[in-house]
Order: sequence, then structure tokens, then C-alpha cells
Amino acid sequence: MREIFYNQAIKEALQEEMKNDPSVVLWGIDIGPYGGANAATKGLYEEFGAERVIDMPVSELAYVGMGVGAAATGIRPVIELQFSDWITLASEMIINQAAKMRYMFGGVMEIPMVVRAPVGGYLSAGAQHSNSFESMFSFVPGIKVVMPSTPYDAKGLLKSAIRDNNVIVFFEHKKLYGVKGEVPDDDYTVPLGQAEVKREGKDVTIVTYAYMVSMCLSAAEKLAQEGVDVEVLDLRTIDPMDKEAILRSVEKTSRLVVVQETWGDCSVSSEVSAMVAEHGLYYLDAPIIRVTAEDVPIPFSPVLEEFVLPSEQKIVNAVHRVLEV
Amino acid sequence: GYNKGKGGSMHIAWPELGILGANGIVSCGIPIATGAALSAKLRKSDQVTACFFGDGASNEGAFHESLNAASAFDLPIVYVCENNLYAVGTRQSKVRKIEDIADRAPSYSMPGVVVDGNDVVAVYEVTKEAVERARAGEGPTLVECKTYRWRTHFEGEPDTYRPPEEVAAWRAREPIAPYRKMLIDQKIFKQQDMDLIDQAVIDELDQAVEFARNSPLPQPEDALQDLWV
Repeated sequence: MREIFYNQAIKEALQEEMKNDPSVVLWGIDIGPYGGANAATKGLYEEFGAERVIDMPVSELAYVGMGVGAAATGIRPVIELQFSDWITLASEMIINQAAKMRYMFGGVMEIPMVVRAPVGGYLSAGAQHSNSFESMFSFVPGIKVVMPSTPYDAKGLLKSAIRDNNVIVFFEHKKLYGVKGEVPDDDYTVPLGQAEVKREGKDVTIVTYAYMVSMCLSAAEKLAQEGVDVEVLDLRTIDPMDKEAILRSVEKTSRLVVVQETWGDCSVSSEVSAMVAEHGLYYLDAPIIRVTAEDVPIPFSPVLEEFVLPSEQKIVNAVHRVLEV
Repeated sequence: GYNKGKGGSMHIAWPELGILGANGIVSCGIPIATGAALSAKLRKSDQVTACFFGDGASNEGAFHESLNAASAFDLPIVYVCENNLYAVGTRQSKVRKIEDIADRAPSYSMPGVVVDGNDVVAVYEVTKEAVERARAGEGPTLVECKTYRWRTHFEGEPDTYRPPEEVAAWRAREPIAPYRKMLIDQKIFKQQDMDLIDQAVIDELDQAVEFARNSPLPQPEDALQDLWV
């Protein structure tokens, strides 16, 4: 099968859905002739024109809010934020407006809007360009949160997201844009809300997502050399979370490590842990262990950043600890 | 209740009539309305968006960001600012140096028009021009209607922040009586036609109240409906 980069997979999903549906319109910063800061819209302006690929002023609150109004009136906006760090500027429009409008108006409205935003650290980009805010959005009812870990999933999940009639925040990891993977030529989708077992194992379950998936897989290979058989489950969609897949895996292995790049407090890893404690406590032979970022902003210096963020070694250590009991 | 009891008095919407929803967060309807105008343009519709907000909202970033974008793209929208001098209890002259909010329009290269918000015909004329401009592809207009709030910001709020003589002066300038007089003076309507309209409106309101009183309460578990499509 052919291999393409993650950002090409994103571009193909946009391109195909724009061809399929004339109401799909893109807007964001530098997404036109510039091609997007991560080249995820490269060539689309030339192919679809300035009315389908719109360069916006640097006004996150306004152009995400305009997505809400356009989505309510027959357009399917797919909005790119150049970095997810400044989704905070637009979060009023996502959290208080888009996510609530259908509900508070009694179901008379649909807001088929996708907000795409690059997340993540490991790039020495400093505290305001290294965030992963998925936990904030999965906290709020009415928003689906998607975080693909491979080019295949990026394309398939984005196509599903664009076809979905709900509000979707789609986080793409910056470290993944340059990763290649197998992506078929045909028109496929990956359904939202389904986790995937990336590696089968019987001793320990690691639940993770996004960039951490590849780190967990390489940790699992190291552990395999010691005879520890790790199962790696990629959530793919953070909200709605595939609880059955998590419980199924934990029932099999009886040990759970949750790995997430960002801060642990009140986060996706807290949710996974609470869910397993509520519904799968008796499957467990050991306390749940979480590997998360330290509870500080992501520092610039590679030495400091490496200390703060999860690493392969930290994941290996966590698996050792969960096996000690 | 409104919208199946999920909205309350603050969140009323009816898209079939083009009503995209009253907003509970000051200024946040402005980007949404601007998006509806962008949508109309993309769909090659001749729709024009009317976006209503108060004087307080014009100090929010959402106002400035939206006006800039609407101007840049020549969007078919009329921004209607109802300036009633107070944002809840704060007199606007204490927190805004300029007198006329319409003065903010030229910095976004759009017309800013001040109109007596209590003069029905004047508001009509200004709005008509703005809508025609929008429909002709010439872009947005900011219309500032100078007006006043007869009652407090919410029912039951003590009116401690407005001089009684100011309230009385504005009440004396109420918009409907002079309009009615003009229609009769110009022989557009007779007094008895006016009375019939009055009665019809009162009847309709009575029926609406009756309908609301006789409507069943929602089932508690209905709280879990209408989130997802």
C-alpha cells in the first residue's frame, strides 16, 4: 500500500470532502496560497478557489464564531487554528456557543463545524506553543474530541468528522505531521468513538492516544524483550470515549497504565482511571498508574521539557511498577 | 417553555424564521451573526443579517474582530447597536471615552450612522439604506440607535443608578405614540384601525399566555434529549 505523510492525509480528507460536498468550506490563518503552517491545506486554494479556502484575519474569537453562524445556516465549516494553544481565544465560541446551541434551543439547530488544531510538545516551542487542551473540551457536553495517531486514522477520522452534524474539535499532533504511514487510495472512513488495539498483549494494558501511541509501542517492544507482554489501546476519539474497549482490555490484562502527554489533573487520564474504577475495579490486580506531564507549563529548554513530558523510559518504569504488585 | 424548556427567556431561537438565537453572553452573538452573513454570501443568497447588541457589547473584542472581518469580506450584515446609555448599572460614559459608538465604524472602513432610536421612521430609513447597501455587495453598516431602557436590567432590580429625571425625560419620548399620531395625521390609518390593531395584538398576547399556561411541563428525563444530532 502507498505511504503518505500525516499532513498529506489531512489534506486528502479535506480535498475529498470538499469534492463530495460543496457546502464544505475551509477557513483559518495562512491556509490559502501559503498552504497552512503545517502544509495541511497545500494546493487546496488553487484547486477550490478563494471562496472555499478563506484566509481570515488573526481573530480567533471571530472566525471560530463565524463558523458557528455559518454552520447554523447551511455551510459545513472546517476551521484551522494555526496552533491549538490559542484555542483559548476561541473557546467561548466552542464551549458556550457551539456546544450548547442545539441543546438550549430544543434541538431546532445543527452546528456541523469542525475545528482543527495542532497540539503538543517535544519541539522546544515554549509554554505557549506546546499545549494539549483536549481534556478541557472533553469536559464539556456537546463536543466530540478526536486525536488521531496515524496518517490512516487522521484521514479516516477527519472525513467522519466533516460528515458528522455535531461540533467537533480535531487535534493533530505537530510531531506527527511528518510521520509516514499506509493510507489506501479508496474512499474509507474511520468511525468516531472507536478505540483501536495497536498491539495485543496479556500482561498490562496501556491506554493512550495521539503522539503517545508510538512512544508506548516502542516502550512495549522494549518490555517484550524482558518478557512483558503489553497491550496498547489507542483511544483515537477522546469523547465519546470507547469505554467498552478499555474495559475489555483491562479485563484481559488486569493491569492498567494510562499514558497522556499533557497534565494529569482533571484530565483524560483521570477520566479513564475513574471509569475503570467505577466499572472495572474487580478486574484489577494492581492500582492504576498514570504517566502524564509534570504539573508545570511546558518549558523551552530541551533538558527541562524532557523532564516534564512523558518519555519511553517513564512508560517502561510505569509498567514495571504496575507489575510489582 | 421556549425551545422545549431548555432555553428560558434568554435563549430563544427559531431558525425557520431566520432567528439564530438570543445570546446570554454579551457580544457573542456578533461573530455568529457575522458567520451567518458569510454563509449567505457563500450560498449566493440575497439574505442580509441583522445583528442586535447593546452599548456594552461594543467594548468586547468580539465586536471589533467581527466588524473587521465583515468589512474585509464585504459581508451582507447590518450591525444594530441599541445604545441605552447603561450596561447593567454602569453608565457608559464612565467606561468609554467616545460619545458615539458609530465613531468606531470608520476604523473598519464602514459607514457608522447615528439615529434617534425612538423615531420609528428614522430607524426604518437608516435600516433600509443599510440593507440595500448590504444586498448590493457593498458590505456592512453600523447603525447606532440612541435609546433608553424603560425598566431595569432585570425584573426586580432596584433602579439606584439612573437619575429619576433622566428616566422620566426618556419615558416622555416614547416612540410609539408619536408614530401613531403621524400615521393618523397623514391619513395613512384611521383611529379605529389603530384600535383594531391594538386589540388584535392584545388578543394574540392573551392567547400566547393562555397557551403557555396550558402547555404541559417537560418530562424530567427530557433533560437528556437534544444534545447530539
